[in-house]
Amino acid sequence: VTKLRLEPRPSPSQTLALTTPILALLLTVALGVMMFLLLGIDPVSALRMFFVEPLRTAQGWSELAVKATPLVLIALGLSVCYRSNVWNIGAEGQYVLGAIFAGGAALLAGEDTNRGYVLVVLLAGTVGGMLWAALVAVLRDRFHANEILVSLMLVYVAELLLGYLVYGPWKDPEGYNFPQTITFVDAARLPPMVPGYRIHYGAPIALVAVGIVFTFLFRTFSGFRLQVVGLAPAAARYAGFSARRSLWTTLLLSGGLAGLAGSLEVTGPLGQLTPYAPVGYGFAAIIVAFVGRLHPVGVVLSAFLMSLFYIGGELAQSRLGLPKSLSSVFQGILLFTLLACDTLINHRVRLVRAPARTAARASTLDGVPNEKRAAR
Amino acid sequence: MNQLALLIAATLNAGTVLALASLGLLINERAGVVNLGAEGIMLVAAVAGFATAVHTESSILAFGAGALSGAFLAACFGVLVIWLHANQYAAGLALSLFGAGVSAFVGVPYTQEKLVAQGDLGIAGLRDLPFLGPALFKQHSLVYLTMALTVALAYLLVRSRVGLVLRAIGESPESAHALGYPVQRLRLLAVMFGGASCGVAGAYLSTVYTPLWVEGMVAGKGFIALALTTFATWRPVRVLAGAYLFGGVTMLQFHLQSAGIQIETHWLSMLPYLVTIFVLVLISRKPGFIRVNMPASLGKPFVPEG
Repeated sequence: VTKLRLEPRPSPSQTLALTTPILALLLTVALGVMMFLLLGIDPVSALRMFFVEPLRTAQGWSELAVKATPLVLIALGLSVCYRSNVWNIGAEGQYVLGAIFAGGAALLAGEDTNRGYVLVVLLAGTVGGMLWAALVAVLRDRFHANEILVSLMLVYVAELLLGYLVYGPWKDPEGYNFPQTITFVDAARLPPMVPGYRIHYGAPIALVAVGIVFTFLFRTFSGFRLQVVGLAPAAARYAGFSARRSLWTTLLLSGGLAGLAGSLEVTGPLGQLTPYAPVGYGFAAIIVAFVGRLHPVGVVLSAFLMSLFYIGGELAQSRLGLPKSLSSVFQGILLFTLLACDTLINHRVRLVRAPARTAARASTLDGVPNEKRAAR
Repeated sequence: MNQLALLIAATLNAGTVLALASLGLLINERAGVVNLGAEGIMLVAAVAGFATAVHTESSILAFGAGALSGAFLAACFGVLVIWLHANQYAAGLALSLFGAGVSAFVGVPYTQEKLVAQGDLGIAGLRDLPFLGPALFKQHSLVYLTMALTVALAYLLVRSRVGLVLRAIGESPESAHALGYPVQRLRLLAVMFGGASCGVAGAYLSTVYTPLWVEGMVAGKGFIALALTTFATWRPVRVLAGAYLFGGVTMLQFHLQSAGIQIETHWLSMLPYLVTIFVLVLISRKPGFIRVNMPASLGKPFVPEG
């Protein structure tokens, strides 16, 4: 009997580490084609919506940048977190707090406020995200509470807080009772970058953030320290690198970036707060971070890919009548296939002749597991 | 008095969703695997159960569909983390995100559907008792089955050979492997059991508890169920007690409102999440307490050669 076996590689394959995202994308597309065929949809025209149509017009590229901006910002912070083995999965909540703080600051502005006030608004949003993440850090640091569960629970709390504000105290008195704030005054909004398009100054800000996070991670000692804490906690302890410090650094950084993303979204494309401000960028950014190999440059590429999925989903909805949630189906499949393909980085697949069943049983009984014997 | 009876009944009902999911997750965690995909599994199972109930009008088939879809998704996750050594957190999150997308995608035609009302629920004879009847004996049979399952699991985990092996592969998979137990296959079975339980919980949510299909209707219950296993230090009876406590907190918001206490609904809806954080902090406060009770290889991949 021959069967496939996974064998550990002596050292991880660098080439595969870079190619598995592409392999995963191909697998995702293949699964997508199968799904379209099952649903009785022409796979070619459906795939065109995802990979061709968004790239054909300047409007499409502008929309890609609008979607990719928050994804890049949030995923940058998450990459730093995950490299340090801090599992912040509540970026969505930090994004919402950023939107709330920015919205609050924007509501304070009047008609005669200085144009530069928008910077205060963005700063307020960043601080909001940092505060929400600091809550996770305090509970983890002081009380050892699991950061996965705390950060996630805070997402729901943040969304309800936003709901409370826009249905209650911040509701636009002239908004026909819709749950929304007033449209912010111009001083509190990002000025348009290219007239006629939705692309905003968040895109260049995100690219600057890529450079800063790259330098921090790979060119500074603090960045090195927190990666050691993540990779080899025992070695880090021995070297005197503080795990507490990297917990705080990573959470404040990722919370701040998520908050900035939220504030850019409300001061840019949205221009007001509504309960629909959070659209799941915080969760999608988790996928972006992993597909981008937790690397700042990789994050840009994978955010671009994820934005294609988003816009493709919207186009498939408007032109083919498919539900918009198709994009999150593909995003989920992409992460799933990526994790499966990543096995190849540390393992190789080999065809082996498995020992006959009885021999396997006998070898287990003498206390030598059969896999060990086969390896000899 | 009548109010109190209704509150108790609603608590049992809401607690059952959490208890079912959490009991399943407890089993796979005892075997050493954390499944953060519970939320996604419950969503997919909720829509699978609801769709089955709409088309067949059979609640048994609806629960079956929930359990099957749950076990299938959990098996995909299991293969990924058990044989392909994927990170359990990342793979679980992938499942949660995927489940949210798929359930929304598949569920579109069912958002307007309604289910045929169930007949009289509960235990005939006891149902008509004053106070106790409406409080305890007017529930869906799954509420009582969940209680029975809790007792059965508590007994099996500690007193049976299956339980012993299950705990062994969660505490020290190397030793279990050396004794000749197929650790990886047993872990997969435990993960599938967990998925099936979450699936039944999801189907209960959409066909009995609500009964409606609404996109994203699980609303964090899968994650709260995950937290419950930790609160309960991985013991079934404590899971059930914790689930009822959380069910009570969830239900309290509606009863406070009907009692005329004026608190903004958004604040009240935060309660279950805030209570989760609060209890988590309370129980994690002493370093080591959780670690002592936690299955020793929870979350760690097991490689037979290693």
